[in-house]
Amino acid sequence: MTAMLNTLVAVCLAYVVFLFLVAFFAERAAQRGRTRWLRSPIVYTLSLSIYCTAWTFYGAVGNAARSGLEYLTIYIGPTLVMVGWWWGLRKLVRIGRTQRITSIADLVSARFGKSNLLAVGVTILAVIATTPYIALQLQSVTLSFEVFAQGDMPARTGDQTHTALWLAMGLAIFTVLFGTRNLDANERHHGVVMAIAVEAVVKLTALLAVGAFVVWGVSDGPSAMLAKIDASDLGHWQADGGRWAGLTLLSAAAFLTLPRMFQVLVVENENEGHLRTASWAFPLYLMLMSLFVVPIAVTGLELMPEDANPDTFVLTVPLSEGANGLAILSFLGGFSSATSMVIVAAIALSTMVSNHIVMPIWLRATGAGASFFGDVRNIVLLARRVSIVGIVLLGYLYYRVSGGGAALTSIGLVSFTGIAQVLPVAVGGIFWRGATRTGAFAGLTVGLALWLFTSFLPSVGTGVLLSERIFTEGLFGLGILRPHALFGIEGIDSTLHALLWSLSLSTIAFVGTSLVSFPSPLERLQGAQFVNIYQHTGGPRSWSGGPAQSEDLMIMSQRILGATEAQALFLREARRQGVSGHLPDPSPDFLEILEKELSGSVGAATAHAMVGQITGGMQVSVEDLMAVADETAQMMEYSSQLETKSQELTRTARQLRDANEKLTRLSVQKDAFLSQISHELRTPMTSIRAFSEILRDSEGMLESDKIRYASVIHDEAIRLTRLLDDLLDLSVLENGQVNLNIRQGRLGDVLDRAEAAAAAASDGGARIVIKRRAKDESIVLNTDLDRLTQVFINLIANARKYCDAAAPELEIRVRSNLGGVVLEFVDNGTGIAAESQDLIFEKFARVSDQKAGGAGLGLAICRQIMRRLGGEISYLPGQSGAAFRVELPAELAMAAQ
Amino acid sequence: MTDRLPPKVKPPVFVERQTYRQRRVMDAARMLPILGAFLWLLPLLWFSSGGGPATSRAVLYIFGVWCLLIFGAALLSKGLRDATGTEGSETDLS
Repeated sequence: MTAMLNTLVAVCLAYVVFLFLVAFFAERAAQRGRTRWLRSPIVYTLSLSIYCTAWTFYGAVGNAARSGLEYLTIYIGPTLVMVGWWWGLRKLVRIGRTQRITSIADLVSARFGKSNLLAVGVTILAVIATTPYIALQLQSVTLSFEVFAQGDMPARTGDQTHTALWLAMGLAIFTVLFGTRNLDANERHHGVVMAIAVEAVVKLTALLAVGAFVVWGVSDGPSAMLAKIDASDLGHWQADGGRWAGLTLLSAAAFLTLPRMFQVLVVENENEGHLRTASWAFPLYLMLMSLFVVPIAVTGLELMPEDANPDTFVLTVPLSEGANGLAILSFLGGFSSATSMVIVAAIALSTMVSNHIVMPIWLRATGAGASFFGDVRNIVLLARRVSIVGIVLLGYLYYRVSGGGAALTSIGLVSFTGIAQVLPVAVGGIFWRGATRTGAFAGLTVGLALWLFTSFLPSVGTGVLLSERIFTEGLFGLGILRPHALFGIEGIDSTLHALLWSLSLSTIAFVGTSLVSFPSPLERLQGAQFVNIYQHTGGPRSWSGGPAQSEDLMIMSQRILGATEAQALFLREARRQGVSGHLPDPSPDFLEILEKELSGSVGAATAHAMVGQITGGMQVSVEDLMAVADETAQMMEYSSQLETKSQELTRTARQLRDANEKLTRLSVQKDAFLSQISHELRTPMTSIRAFSEILRDSEGMLESDKIRYASVIHDEAIRLTRLLDDLLDLSVLENGQVNLNIRQGRLGDVLDRAEAAAAAASDGGARIVIKRRAKDESIVLNTDLDRLTQVFINLIANARKYCDAAAPELEIRVRSNLGGVVLEFVDNGTGIAAESQDLIFEKFARVSDQKAGGAGLGLAICRQIMRRLGGEISYLPGQSGAAFRVELPAELAMAAQ
Repeated sequence: MTDRLPPKVKPPVFVERQTYRQRRVMDAARMLPILGAFLWLLPLLWFSSGGGPATSRAVLYIFGVWCLLIFGAALLSKGLRDATGTEGSETDLS
């Protein structure tokens, strides 16, 4: 047997060297561009065979020996998925190729708005689920070595760990060498795929050879074999219906979501057409792999002692029959299964770990941006290599710690259940636009938690990570939280139990949370790209699209043009097209208009890229575009804010300037007012004092003089009183405390009275001719006639006082219309200078200083009175002389009677 | 959705028939896994009447279904050869 073991080691090493050479030459050929034969549909199909790991190579027979035909479910699920490629795989591969998806974690992350948190979640889940699986491969190879070693040195257990360690190291080296040779944008590894294809052939050949050996060598052909099967312990098919259906579903789910399967199915796919061949060729491969499992199991049960491990029947049956060459071939088959799985799983996981965990941490830690681009390539490669070594090492550690005790199948199913938790999120993301990141996160969290609690932690062993008490009494002592009887429902098979609860509850969490949450714009864009992948890529490009596209355009435009403008634009275009609703069809006309509209904001090139991205699928990353859009929108918002602010400032400044001007004028006026009032008060006071002093001091004054001086004092006192009366009058009017004495009277009478009063009051001023037309004045007024008279007196007196014509004339014109009565007092003097026109109605404003006849309060009082009466008085520029217009509202004036 | 497509020059009748056939082939490709799942779940009914069948019969049945599916998929993949390039509008037409 020692010779046998040595031969085995030699063959094994030679095989490994052969694999290295295959990978090396395939890589060389790929570099020289000779990829035609490297990338045929057959190679693609064979590379899919990493689904069949050592677990299926050895474990299927063991499973069949223990529980009959149940092992078939593991092959039936993937067969259904492959046969149904037109439903899902085709879409998955298309998405993977067009979106440059690098792993299952990347798929989930990219679909849900490039969320790194989700990617990290999926990566962690994948690492936890895959580590035991890698340990399983190491264990199976160790176990097979042990079978050969059993003959001479059964007690050397140390060999086992050595074997596993050597194997782990060898695998890590191979994977690092061929898995991280280049950092291809497509993440394709020609050498690795070629080596896997060769290994696929080896393991199929090995299993078929052993099968043929038991059917035709040990037994007497197929019919004898069938009879033997019926006669054995497995003679009657005893299957649990729930497990049959559940495991089929589980294997189908795992086939899609296992990181290594995703790697070969989607990432390494060179041509979508290859799927067409694989759709029938891979089911054929699976069928051939499982064809002889039952015969081998039955033969093993018959030939081997009771206590033999059924997991190694593939090796022990040929050995016991003395077919050593066949046993070595069989060993190589198992070895191939194990190694190919570890290699691809390590590549897939390292991609995920380095892309989603190591690189983000490194970039954040070093604060390096895009300027470090040259360095990043090397860092990524280094991260990949370290990750690969780490993952293989983790598998080895798990193998050492767990001691390799558990039956192979159960670990496999635990792994499958774990990674299947990604299925609802992945499938939902591809087929349902309403799926959101929050939903995905909720679904994954629930799935991961339930899987850990019901499947993974219990699988390590009762009392290791979960105490005995939790199994019997439940978590926190709650009976409904028992790992194998959630919600108090007992008696379900533990695998089925974990699968049922974790998948259903995570799906509910995913869908439920998606329904109530709201996606970000990037999520919506990515969702549209993923779900409508066939509209975005491939085929003759026509501008026909659905409302979905318009919606995306709408979202994009809103970010750039602003919500209101974009909505208005879309509505207008929809009306023009005659489409009901707010979304126009993305016709070429509309796209052109939209592009022009956008280019006004972000520039033509960007606008074209944006519209092209949504409607045509140009190869510009959405993230870039969103960054551009965000930046532009921010800049535009900022600049429009600035513009508004500066307009506001200009307006305020102008108002301030106006106010300042007026204040200055008012201040001048106030100074004038003060000096005026002191002057006005001082003049009469001075004469009163002077004359009163004369009266007091002069003895023996003539009676006539006394009377004259006293009357001067009296006149001056009257003047003072009038001035004070005027001031008081004005202040009363201004404060609105005046009581109006409303009476009826003719306008003509009022004017007559005013003319007479003005003439009486005139202190020796020039005579002025007043022109009136009595016909016009027969209007009955209903107002405070005394106040109105006061206004007219003032105007007439002013004309008399200030009209500087040689023959002064004052014309009073009266017009009445629907709006009321308008009186115009126009004299033939020089009028009032334009710059003073807006000041004359202010208090103490006097146009000319030389004729200081009054206190300058007259017009101010007039204006106040007219306001009280509901009318208006204004200066009328552009007449022959000074002209004032008095307007009386209609309600004050009645028609002539 | 059909009315939104740009009007095409009327093609000869046999081309229409060809594309019609092709769409039916796609339908068949979609139905095939459903048929397979149904046939493979059928054995569950065998257990309801107590006591499973002989393993040899079950094996022959399951592998028979397998062969059928492989044959069907191979046949359809030939029919879908021309379709893979132009799926753009396939989902909208019927």
